[in-house]
Amino acid sequence: MSETRSSPVSWVLVVVAWGAVGLPLAWGIYKTLQTAVKIFR
Amino acid sequence: MPGLLSRERIIAQPGFNRWLVPPAALAIHLSIGMAYGFSVFWLPLSKAIGITQSVPCPAEMGFLARLFATSCDWKISTLGWMYTLFFVFLGSSAALFGRWVERVGPRRAGVVAAFCWGGGFVISALGVHLHQIWMLWVGSGVIGGCGLGLGYISPVSTLIKWFPDRRGMATGMAIMGFGGGAMIGSPLANLLMNHFKTPTSVGVTQTFVTMGLIYFVSMLCGAFGYRMPAPDWKPEGWTPPAGSNAMITRRHAHVSRAWRTPQFWLLWTVLCMNVSAGIGVIGMASPMLQEVFGGKVIGLVGALQDLTEDQRTQVATIGAGFAALLSLFNITGRIVWASLSDYWGRKRTYVVFFALGIVLYSLAPTAGRLGSVPLFVSIFCIILTMYGGGFATIPAYLADMFGTQHVGAIHGRLLTAWSTAGILGPVLVNYIREYQIDRGVAPGSAYTTTMYILAGLLVIGFIANLSVKPVDDRFFMSDAQLAEERRLAHEGGARR
Repeated sequence: MSETRSSPVSWVLVVVAWGAVGLPLAWGIYKTLQTAVKIFR
Repeated sequence: MPGLLSRERIIAQPGFNRWLVPPAALAIHLSIGMAYGFSVFWLPLSKAIGITQSVPCPAEMGFLARLFATSCDWKISTLGWMYTLFFVFLGSSAALFGRWVERVGPRRAGVVAAFCWGGGFVISALGVHLHQIWMLWVGSGVIGGCGLGLGYISPVSTLIKWFPDRRGMATGMAIMGFGGGAMIGSPLANLLMNHFKTPTSVGVTQTFVTMGLIYFVSMLCGAFGYRMPAPDWKPEGWTPPAGSNAMITRRHAHVSRAWRTPQFWLLWTVLCMNVSAGIGVIGMASPMLQEVFGGKVIGLVGALQDLTEDQRTQVATIGAGFAALLSLFNITGRIVWASLSDYWGRKRTYVVFFALGIVLYSLAPTAGRLGSVPLFVSIFCIILTMYGGGFATIPAYLADMFGTQHVGAIHGRLLTAWSTAGILGPVLVNYIREYQIDRGVAPGSAYTTTMYILAGLLVIGFIANLSVKPVDDRFFMSDAQLAEERRLAHEGGARR
């Protein structure tokens, strides 16, 4: 059995779903980077 | 009609976009990944009674009395037991309930995990409010630990079935979330504690309740976002490679037989050694940087003990930055190495982990002796990518060896290696260090033997990985047995 092509609406959902997990993760990485850069100062 | 949480309800409709499944898995893994960040609560909790400073318990107070004492503060070492409980119950619950997760599907498992993890926070909040340490151990440690195990394995089998062409990348994405959870949770916890604290409270009770609710909702969203592919589904235009690679089976082993194979125990050893060495390094990387280089990390000459209090604080700040840098390399390694394993093969990827690891662990003391901070930092950053990569690549390795039907349950049993490593790694490192310091070795030099012994663990892992051969045919299910397993798992039910 094969995949039938995904609809454009499903790609919008993909962007929303990835944004919902990606934005908090990006904030967490930013906060970690703020601490990590101290090693390069 | 199948129930809301049943496996039949989550078989995807034709045209379902498989890229919706990784964010659902990430929502769960980013939530449970806060387990790594619990140390952010230790200092405030150690002053829950005294608020500005810790109120020690009387020296004559016994263990049981301290469990129920409401007039003196908890020690950080007492609170630290939560970590041990987390990882023991993570491994145990994943091993015990893995088969159940395969049978009921990821949605029900995800919902139960949400109740355990979110509920554990609420019980812990009550424990802080009543000042009962046992409630924190039971709430977050035991019940939350079971949530960790169920949540960790819930998406593994599903992701591997959705991404037969990129098994490593798919599980790497989810397991990257477990590594990244503390990056969100720790600063969030600090923000909340600062918001809720008052002259009479350190604010942890309210923070636990708030975070418990946030994680509960996030995990429910993830659980309800899970969809299963129809049996034998495959991506459009993709055909399984012609059966020339003996290290990737097309058959399926039952979990009750898989764990009796030599391959299972070899992979158990591979994970256990990689994680033991990694945990050992994580625990000592920052103090090692500070003690080996001393004032050099802030451009001064002199050992750590020769510095002023202010200079030592600056060195400690650099040490904290180093720990943060390592956590970034840890999560990067999870997605990068797991994705590379799709091209290199799992066995070859672990050969690289162990061979490169042995060289780097052995080189770290030399970098210290040479006084090269950049070389030292680079060595540890690469080591941490391989620690994360080891976690993220193992589910795909299991799927290659044992097939996909019970891979979640088999992975659950393999996670007991993680629980073992969670005890073995820190005990080994602390014991060796104390032994040397007791015999007069300088603190900065006491790390050398430890690093060589950790490299020795990697040699064991290297040999175990090289010994992995294809699983014997007698361990796989027959077509009739596979059909029965699929019937029991209600595969091929209603589409949503």
